[in-house]
Amino acid sequence: MDFSLSAEVEQYRATVRRVIAETVTEEIIDRQHRTGTFNSYELNRALAKAGLLERAVPGLGKGDPIELWMLFHELEKSQAPYDAISVSLMVAGVLNNVGTQWQKERVIPSILSGEALACLGYSEPDFGSDVASVMTRAVRDGDEWVINGAKMWTTMAHESKWLLLLTRTNLDVPKHKGLTMFMLPMDTPGITVEPVPTMGTERTNATFYDNVRIGHEWLLGEVDQGWRVMGVALAFERGVMGGTSVGTPLLRHFHDWARQTGLLDDALARERMARVAIDCEVAKLLTQRCAWIAATGGLPGLEGSMVKVFATEAYQKASRWFQQMAGPSGLLQFHEAGAAADGWIEYDARHSPVTTIYGGTSEINRNNIAERHLGLPKARR
Amino acid sequence: MDLDLTEDQKAIKEVFSGLFTKQAPPTVARAAEPLGFDRELWARLLETGAPGMGVAEAHGGGGATLADLVVVTEELGRAIAPVPLIEHMIAARLHPVADVVSGARLATIALHPADTHGLWHIVPGGAVADIVVGIDGDDLVATQSDPPGSALRNHACSPLANRSARAGERAVIGTASDFDRALAEWKTVTAGALVGIAAQALDIALEYVMARHQFGVPIGSFQAIQQGLADLPIAIDGGRLLTHKAAWAGDRQTPGTVNADDGDITDFSALASMAFVYAADSSAHATDRSLHYHGGYGFSEEYDIQLFYRRARGWALVFDDPSREALRLADRLFPRSK
Repeated sequence: MDFSLSAEVEQYRATVRRVIAETVTEEIIDRQHRTGTFNSYELNRALAKAGLLERAVPGLGKGDPIELWMLFHELEKSQAPYDAISVSLMVAGVLNNVGTQWQKERVIPSILSGEALACLGYSEPDFGSDVASVMTRAVRDGDEWVINGAKMWTTMAHESKWLLLLTRTNLDVPKHKGLTMFMLPMDTPGITVEPVPTMGTERTNATFYDNVRIGHEWLLGEVDQGWRVMGVALAFERGVMGGTSVGTPLLRHFHDWARQTGLLDDALARERMARVAIDCEVAKLLTQRCAWIAATGGLPGLEGSMVKVFATEAYQKASRWFQQMAGPSGLLQFHEAGAAADGWIEYDARHSPVTTIYGGTSEINRNNIAERHLGLPKARR
Repeated sequence: MDLDLTEDQKAIKEVFSGLFTKQAPPTVARAAEPLGFDRELWARLLETGAPGMGVAEAHGGGGATLADLVVVTEELGRAIAPVPLIEHMIAARLHPVADVVSGARLATIALHPADTHGLWHIVPGGAVADIVVGIDGDDLVATQSDPPGSALRNHACSPLANRSARAGERAVIGTASDFDRALAEWKTVTAGALVGIAAQALDIALEYVMARHQFGVPIGSFQAIQQGLADLPIAIDGGRLLTHKAAWAGDRQTPGTVNADDGDITDFSALASMAFVYAADSSAHATDRSLHYHGGYGFSEEYDIQLFYRRARGWALVFDDPSREALRLADRLFPRSK
């Protein structure tokens, strides 16, 4: 195995780091924690201007997935608000993979310029892990479709121009076979967005669809083939597009704080820091494997499940350890006097619980591994 | 970046997988207890050139990389092969004399320095090795003497014995610090073996949970068991990648970096420690899950999983507690304030 990065990737990394250094100010990092909107148009535009976004869209062919991994690895380590652009690039990748020329032309350039965002409408109030059972209906009416229903966890819907929407189009077939995906503008009449605040600061949304009428040209893929489009989207989502390097900035914050407070000489702290460093390395290698599989023409679905489970559970363990070791200082929030790592320790302890839930729970990913990798029979659920 | 084995390594894997499957099924490990050494298997390994394969060609060896050795030791771990090949391969790289390179004389390394009386304690392979290489005071020495031929009775039925650094034919071959590299190499190839143990423990578990029926269905159809098993390929694949990264770092001619704050670690010593800790914990965990899902049979001597369970612990602990190794890693990653 060769773990060295090519000169192109090193060059790409240097550019990403330069853009981050020039763009991501303390204010931008702070703002996301004040507003709950994990997005920065300043950053998105700067990345676009440097040509980094177009290289990073999965499957667009202008860069390889190692670069995609590198972009999010560096963004995540810098703690820049990248959630919105990550999801948007993933949507661009899906569109690139299954969209029509017309759809690509309308949507992809707007995302790659850093001007527009996209959000995901998969889960519903009653269907999360069992997402294939969603009941938001799309009914054909001539050249149009009429959509009615409600979606949950539509993070960034309040900022997005585009929506990837999973709907039910057929009630007479098994649940996976009656789904259809749409790509539509968020300003289509009939869509409303309600904020849902979370423990981890980040704002998400509930979205409602009341006789939303859109043309057939917004249908993505084919009628009743929505589950296939989901498969493409999930393979992109779990793995290279962020979420697996979170332990590294947490370790850096704790290390800094431990150095300032003398905790650095504590044996328990040292052992745990070393163990977190090991987990970060393993998470990085498992993520690189996804990128490498994608770079060599594969679709790393299973490998994405593996790194999703590992990295998020390791992050939770690390955030719990570090908050506990910080004692009362680990309770204090951003910029309070005496807060451990200026509040980052408290923030990570509060943010980490969601990571084993969103984008596929640990249990769903383990089911996936047990059935598709270990060849065990479908378990009773 | 290339996360596949090289063509050479695929061939090496096939050869040793075949050899161990044929020559060292679990019955061989079982029959070799309590000494933990099968002379016939060692003789077969000699024919393959394995004992000296990691020695430079200039010294008559096979010129294999550390990464190649990791491929071999993963197969050795899968078979829990009762031969001190890991220690011999590392000893041969330190002390490449003809008889050691060929394997005609069995060599090993003492993982800890000799005590003030010149005694090396609990040496892996010490029960059967003709030559022991290790630290005695400020020196790195190779001492040749008759092996005891019997082992200190131990958890993993490994050929462990105390050996003298001074009684016998003693040659100073370097300074104590020359041993650092060998120890990092040992940690790396041992991590490979531990990954092999974990991988085999998973395979054994998968076979068992599909064969064993309770409540009228295979127990492998229960979600509780599936969720517990689903963790194992993650730990195995992660351990294999980390071990290969350590070997890659060890094979490179350039020094690596140590920057945990930025998640950038390419230093051999740090990666070898990481691989050792992670693989030791993973193989302990994998064998624990596998044994547990066997129910009471897993605890009985009749079933093979207990052989793997004990070796997953023994092959790592012969060096040290993974937590203490994590503390040594911390010294590398996080220098103390004073």
